[in-house]
Amino acid sequence: MSNIILRMTDISKEFSGVKALDGVSLEVERGQVHAICGENGAGKSTLMKVLSGVYPHGTFGGAIEFENHATAYRSINDSEHDGIVIIHQELALSPYLSIAENIFLGNEMSTRGVIDWNKTNREAALLLARVGLDENPATPVLELGVGKQQLVEIAKALSKRVKLLILDEPTAALNDEDSDHLLGLINHLREQGITCIIISHKLKEIRKIADTVTIIRDGKTVETFSMKQADATEARIIRSMVGRPLDSLFPPRTPQIGEEVFRVENWNVYHPVDSTRLVVDDASFHVRAGEIVGFAGLMGAGRTELAMSIFGRSYGANISGRLFKNGKEIQARSVSEAIKNGLAYATEDRKRFGLNLIGDITQNISAAALNRVSIRGVIDTNAEYAVAEGYRASMNIKAPSVGSITGKLSGGNQQKVVLSKWIYTGPDILILDEPTRGIDVGAKYEIYGIINELAARGKAVIVISSELPELIGLSDRIYAICEGRLTGEVAREDATQESLMHYMTAGRD
Amino acid sequence: MSITTTPTAARSPRPGKSGRKKFDTRQYGILAALVVIVLLFQTLTGGRLLLPGNVNNVIQQNAYVLILAIGMVMVIIAGHIDLSVGSVVALVGAVAAISMTSWGLSWWAAVILSLLVGAVVGAWQGYWIAFVGIPAFIVTLAGMLMFRGLTLVLLTGGTISGLPPEFVAIGSGSLPVTGRPDLITLGIGAIAVIGVVVSQWRSRATLNRLRLPVEGAASFWIKLVIVAVAIMALAWTLSSARGMPIILVILAVLVLGYTFVLNKTVFGRHIYAMGGNMHAAVMSGVKTKWVNFFIFVNMGVLAALAGVVSTSRAGSAVASAGQNFELDAIAAVFIGGASVQGGVGTVIGAVIGGLVMGVLNQGLSILSVDAAWQQVIKGLVLLLAVAFDIVSKRRSGGR
Repeated sequence: MSNIILRMTDISKEFSGVKALDGVSLEVERGQVHAICGENGAGKSTLMKVLSGVYPHGTFGGAIEFENHATAYRSINDSEHDGIVIIHQELALSPYLSIAENIFLGNEMSTRGVIDWNKTNREAALLLARVGLDENPATPVLELGVGKQQLVEIAKALSKRVKLLILDEPTAALNDEDSDHLLGLINHLREQGITCIIISHKLKEIRKIADTVTIIRDGKTVETFSMKQADATEARIIRSMVGRPLDSLFPPRTPQIGEEVFRVENWNVYHPVDSTRLVVDDASFHVRAGEIVGFAGLMGAGRTELAMSIFGRSYGANISGRLFKNGKEIQARSVSEAIKNGLAYATEDRKRFGLNLIGDITQNISAAALNRVSIRGVIDTNAEYAVAEGYRASMNIKAPSVGSITGKLSGGNQQKVVLSKWIYTGPDILILDEPTRGIDVGAKYEIYGIINELAARGKAVIVISSELPELIGLSDRIYAICEGRLTGEVAREDATQESLMHYMTAGRD
Repeated sequence: MSITTTPTAARSPRPGKSGRKKFDTRQYGILAALVVIVLLFQTLTGGRLLLPGNVNNVIQQNAYVLILAIGMVMVIIAGHIDLSVGSVVALVGAVAAISMTSWGLSWWAAVILSLLVGAVVGAWQGYWIAFVGIPAFIVTLAGMLMFRGLTLVLLTGGTISGLPPEFVAIGSGSLPVTGRPDLITLGIGAIAVIGVVVSQWRSRATLNRLRLPVEGAASFWIKLVIVAVAIMALAWTLSSARGMPIILVILAVLVLGYTFVLNKTVFGRHIYAMGGNMHAAVMSGVKTKWVNFFIFVNMGVLAALAGVVSTSRAGSAVASAGQNFELDAIAAVFIGGASVQGGVGTVIGAVIGGLVMGVLNQGLSILSVDAAWQQVIKGLVLLLAVAFDIVSKRRSGGR
């Protein structure tokens, strides 16, 4: 009995020449929970945005049929009208409005612009009962935890007579209890005949809830299979998810690894807002001189949170644990203290956290080490210029002059400015968060060369990356992190994409 | 110090025309606007605008805006705003007047006390903004009310006059004169010309040595000649009136000093970095709270200086002093090319912006335009200046 509610055929989508989706096909049966799996950047979210009309009809290739009709959505409103509702990872509720107001936002129970509050609250209460949320509809949303907010989102979807509910990483921000409740609710909705697409990294969750799973890799469908099959194992999903070709070449390098330089012991970090959520859970690791250590983790695993909390407590609350440099305990309570102790952290989002985009190259390179080009608070601009010019030459930053505004440089050159800035602070320990994100292949190779050179000069280098081939090609040792815990440590010789992905998805049962 | 990634890092093509702040077209734009406005009113008033007495007036009457604008530009570059400076001007004026007339302080002790009061006021506001994290808009709006109220309390609604002549001279006096034309004024003008030429020539030599883009020799020298002629013309005009206004000397020191602070010191660089990208500044180890704190301490001191200057110029302290001064200063800063988003702005731009407003005031007054219409015109000028800035940025493909 094949009853297909959604059929997406040969979907392709390009972003300025880069193919994000390349002929993806997807069939979803009515009344099923259909999981979509894939690495970071595989194209899952893009596919859902195509489906829901975030990318309007005509901006992508291929055909979509919903309930046997070809769709031509031009906005989210169009798809919602047909009963397709997408709930994003970052919840889109207005914190100061009540639950009821949020549920009917944009869809108010009104006559001629005047809201019928009795009806609003009554209807909202019915919807809350359906999702199992025992709260007064008049409660402001900001008083709810993330788990309950998620339920409000689902209630909102139900209010729109949803037929196909899409959940993007619904449990990524939830604790175990809330996750279980949410999965139970999805089960319950399935019994009521609502079809569900769930995007998730958590394979245990998928095994628990999904009827069918589709795996996407590099913008292509790898396979779709029923979870009822005997060979529908986590291992099979992992095998299909990884296996990105080793398309980037790595500069040759002979590691010369020395003594331990940096050690982190029992590092715990709580979420800055939700103080019950442990974001980094008892992490302990070390890095030696001349060693490149990789950190592998899926989105939301806590990689960046770990790095930022170590670097001057730039993230999180209730941080506990100890840091050692060359065997001696150090403190890094502020960014300037961390820099003084020889730590450097090149952020994942260089535009938001790494660069002053309206400043020139010179200002950016000297920004974290102005004390090195100034005497008693007065900057020697000639010395500063010489420093910047030196890095422009040695790092091969392509710009008309070091007076060029960094906002106008390409991603690769911006990243070289960020690296120059941190190298100029004279660090012993460098943490590089996604150092090649959004950079073309040629510039990537150059960045790898810089990273190798740093290790060759005896620095301890930590590289955080979503690209497993990159981690395997670059690192001497790789830690895997999942839900805030270090779940595995793999030496370069033993590292395969499968083994890493196994640890990266080894969530709690 | 440097690391080599590729054996021979290919030299990038010859530096283009983009680059150093010194070629900021926006700044020349506002300077050109000032010249146009001066020439316009010179024509409209039949040559009266540039009479020695009027030039002297433009400087002395607008000194307070220029002083406030220097502090305000730093506040605005850092992404804040300060609405309290007008009230601080009044408060400091009251304190200065009371200290001299009731407590018998000498004029210089009163000036020092005034600046201290300004520093305390700035530290108070800086504390709430930097360490408690309340937006500057709110803190300084509260300050605007509080300091105005305190002024009323101190003056009990009355006026204090009869200030010592030395104090009054700060705002309305001149250096001693040797006759007509006054050789001291001409001498100061000549020194200024020599200073400008030498410093420009040296910075050009540095740019050449560093192989940075420099502008063509012809335009460089033509510009210098124009600046030199303008300075000497100003000196000549002033020398045939009452000589060198003391306030002009103070202003020159402030402009040079704060230009140095913003361009050449770590503190100044941190202000630009925070305005350009607060997150990046934090992640680079900038002690952003302390920088914010000192920006407001500095603003307090400069507001106090403006209070001293305007009280001395008025010759008396009144509770209504300094009304709308904050708006004049903010307008001057934005006319002078600062960005509403922060991160952009210069001292010299803010001063030129202040002069645009001052010349407008003076010219319109000479033409006896009604004060109500003067406000309308000034408002339009502010709007058009910022609109021009935003539109031209959009056209040049800025972000």
